[in-house]
Amino acid sequence: MNMTEHHPISAPDFMPVNELRATQLSRLQRTVQQAYDHVPLFHRRLDERGLKPADVRSLEDVRRLPFTVKADLRDTYPYGLFAAPMKEIVRLHASSGTTGKPIVVAYTQDDIRVWTETIMRSLVSCGLHAGDIVQNAYGYGLFTGGLGAHYGAEALGATVIPISGGNTERQLMVMKDFGVTAICCTPSYFLHLIDQSQQMGVDLKKLPLRAGVFGAEPWTENMRERIEAQSNIKAYDIYGLTEIIGPGVGIECAHQAGLHIFEDHFLAEIIDPETLEPLPIGSEGELVLTTLSKQAMPMIRYRTRDITAFYTEPCACGRSIRRIRRIGRRSDDMLIIRGINVFPSQIEAGLLRIEGTLPHYQIVLTREKDLDQMEVQVEVTPEVFSDEVRGLEELRKKIVRSIETITGIRVALRLVEPHTIQRSEGKAKRVIDKRNM
Amino acid sequence: MSAVNLIAVFAENQLGQMGRITQVLADAGVNIRWVTIATNERLGVIKFLVDKCDLAYESLHQKGWTASLVEVLAIEVEDKPGGLHTVADCLARNKINVENSSGFVSNNRAVLLIEVQDVAAARQILTKQTLRLLSQEEILTL
Repeated sequence: MNMTEHHPISAPDFMPVNELRATQLSRLQRTVQQAYDHVPLFHRRLDERGLKPADVRSLEDVRRLPFTVKADLRDTYPYGLFAAPMKEIVRLHASSGTTGKPIVVAYTQDDIRVWTETIMRSLVSCGLHAGDIVQNAYGYGLFTGGLGAHYGAEALGATVIPISGGNTERQLMVMKDFGVTAICCTPSYFLHLIDQSQQMGVDLKKLPLRAGVFGAEPWTENMRERIEAQSNIKAYDIYGLTEIIGPGVGIECAHQAGLHIFEDHFLAEIIDPETLEPLPIGSEGELVLTTLSKQAMPMIRYRTRDITAFYTEPCACGRSIRRIRRIGRRSDDMLIIRGINVFPSQIEAGLLRIEGTLPHYQIVLTREKDLDQMEVQVEVTPEVFSDEVRGLEELRKKIVRSIETITGIRVALRLVEPHTIQRSEGKAKRVIDKRNM
Repeated sequence: MSAVNLIAVFAENQLGQMGRITQVLADAGVNIRWVTIATNERLGVIKFLVDKCDLAYESLHQKGWTASLVEVLAIEVEDKPGGLHTVADCLARNKINVENSSGFVSNNRAVLLIEVQDVAAARQILTKQTLRLLSQEEILTL
């Protein structure tokens, strides 16, 4: 493929490598200076190491900088990591934290521009262009998926249908009647759409739909094969996370062989999650990302907890920006339920709020009709036992509401008898994942 | 002392649960005099009137069941037409809201068990009426 076929916005994808590294270094230096000047936590951590921003003289020097972890966003909730004054911040998004409070991220006008650019480059990489009709079925709202994809697709010159998530029948009606050529949503939701289309007698293979940009949750080659065989579209994996910018950190190209990281905006490292030491190119480890262009909320060495590895060979598409393997697992216990991040610790926080002490509980994940289902089973202790069925039903509802307040999702909750949840070495196995992906 | 204790046990609404509980009581030598079950689709509460309440509680607790003691009032009802109505009418007139009730007849004596929010207050009101409240001993020797 010739790069001249691409939209000019994608030019940085093909930047000569030495030029790319020089761009990364100057942007890294600027980002570190800015974080040092405006983010007290980062300032303190650099001081503790006896470092100054001027000590970053090469890209390798990034390894001397402290990591940022999700708990840092919780501890500085809501605005503690912002590096720009509020009058320059034009947008906030939020995603789940590990316990009660969400994490909040901020964007300046320029951050929105960069984000829009990375989404445009992502869509171009998936073969989209002006004139495409894009059904954006990512959720709109605090979740970054909806608005992120929306701005990028619109800037590309595509016709965006901001349908947001849910209401499967309407999604299929719109897809068919509006002549949709590309869709953005979670891969599991698209599998659900396929399933429903068959029941409604809509043949996706006969529609103009030709590409899907799927992300916000891990998915397998097996799922890709099912999607492509049953709908006759190309299914592309898009990668991103709220803490860094949202979707549009990395994207597959026509070769569907790994995700290209937009390295001019995000500096990627792979580390050993145990020793925290950088790993040689090609080794599997945890992806660590540093933002190079973010103004409102620069992230230095953010531990994504996503396990992946760099490809060592250049991609046949000609992009000079490097590729990582698709994400299959994580180095922490985060669960991704229909695109929403859920931590067992959030479920615990929800239970604690109602019961005062933590009962034995278990999270059971299943996939019904291609949609993730999460059931929380809670043992009824004498402390919370009501001798009325109505009282128990009220307890159940209270716990459901408490968990929903914290996670944003409504779980199925089942009260079970004591000692019915299996314990191994006295400790319950908290998550049983029966999803067959 | 005219309060009566029932033992309430939490059980999931599954086949055979009742049997597992009654097994525990049988093994402990506890005699069941009366039982009532309330369920919804997934869970249930089984309440027993037993001869050895504390022993039943201990045994169930040891076997890992979630159980509690429920204080109820046992009201003697005349075993003739209008008997229950007299009691119901008295409760209503005195604004005693009954959360749960069950009744049985034994040796020509009828008994109504009621669960109320405030047992002490209800007892006070009811003893001022013509109604007779039975003690745990009395109800077990009917």
